[in-house]
Amino acid sequence: MDAIKFVQEQLSNKPKLPTFRPGDNVVVNYKIVEGAKERIQAFRGDVLQIKGTGSTKTFTVRKISNGVGVERIFPLNSPAIVDIKILKRGKVRRAKLYYLRDLIGKKARIKERKLVKN
Amino acid sequence: MNGIIGKKIGMTSVFNEAGKNIACTVVEAGPCVVTQVKTEESDGYFSLQMGFGEAKEKNTSKALLQHFKKANTTPKHKVVEFRDFDLVEKALGDTVTVDEIFAEGDMVAAIGTSKGKGFQGVVKRYNFKGVNDATHGQHNRQRAPGSIGAASYPAKVFKGMRMAGRMGGQRTKVANLEVIKVFPEKNLILIKGAIPGHKGAFVIIEK
Repeated sequence: MDAIKFVQEQLSNKPKLPTFRPGDNVVVNYKIVEGAKERIQAFRGDVLQIKGTGSTKTFTVRKISNGVGVERIFPLNSPAIVDIKILKRGKVRRAKLYYLRDLIGKKARIKERKLVKN
Repeated sequence: MNGIIGKKIGMTSVFNEAGKNIACTVVEAGPCVVTQVKTEESDGYFSLQMGFGEAKEKNTSKALLQHFKKANTTPKHKVVEFRDFDLVEKALGDTVTVDEIFAEGDMVAAIGTSKGKGFQGVVKRYNFKGVNDATHGQHNRQRAPGSIGAASYPAKVFKGMRMAGRMGGQRTKVANLEVIKVFPEKNLILIKGAIPGHKGAFVIIEK
């Protein structure tokens, strides 16, 4: 296990991304290659889950596009991810928000987590 | 064949220059000790015998103990002979390290004992299709092998007929695997794709 960690550390050139949690509303800007051209596309939605450890960590973002739920799984260390912006921090009580898949409209809202200054 | 003995550590994934996520296996390869050098004069062919992994002295037979003593080394767990090992010249008792044999981008083969699957039916063992219908008169035979032969002629089941039985746990070789990276400081080699065996299993990486 230590050897795997060593390999991951040697080979990951991870850009600094903000830390986010499930329930946060984020915009993921990622590169897509179309033939020879490369452009940046944004994917905005709620973080449904963060899965895995180390360099194989992934996160799932869910959004409603034209009335259809769309989920995208991003590897956290993917070089295709340009940056991640956190728009809202959500207040949720679970690590995996699978229940959002069954909810639509107003019920699928996530309460905003207010950051308390101490 | 040039190669090294190693231990499968586990799998992970890395991103390559093109940004693709590549699944790969981490193998702790070597350092191996040359325990015997066979030459044209002594044995009729040339080969290097190498040992890898520490073994307890009390679990090693006296004959083997003396064999290791000749190479001036501790008892080894796994001993493998590599015929026509010609990449680096080694004498008895020398150590062979992973970076001497492999470099990034090499195509290698991995030999190991595949994971035991137990007693398996023909669908899993030989990729038979089974009977895909649950209706149309079928009952209890969705994963059945079907006919295993005709009746009055040949009136027997041919030898080698593929049937259910023990699966896995056999020596398996996977060829054409790319070396993604070699870490000589930790004796690690990163190989693209999966290799046979469970974590901690002995593997032979061949070039």
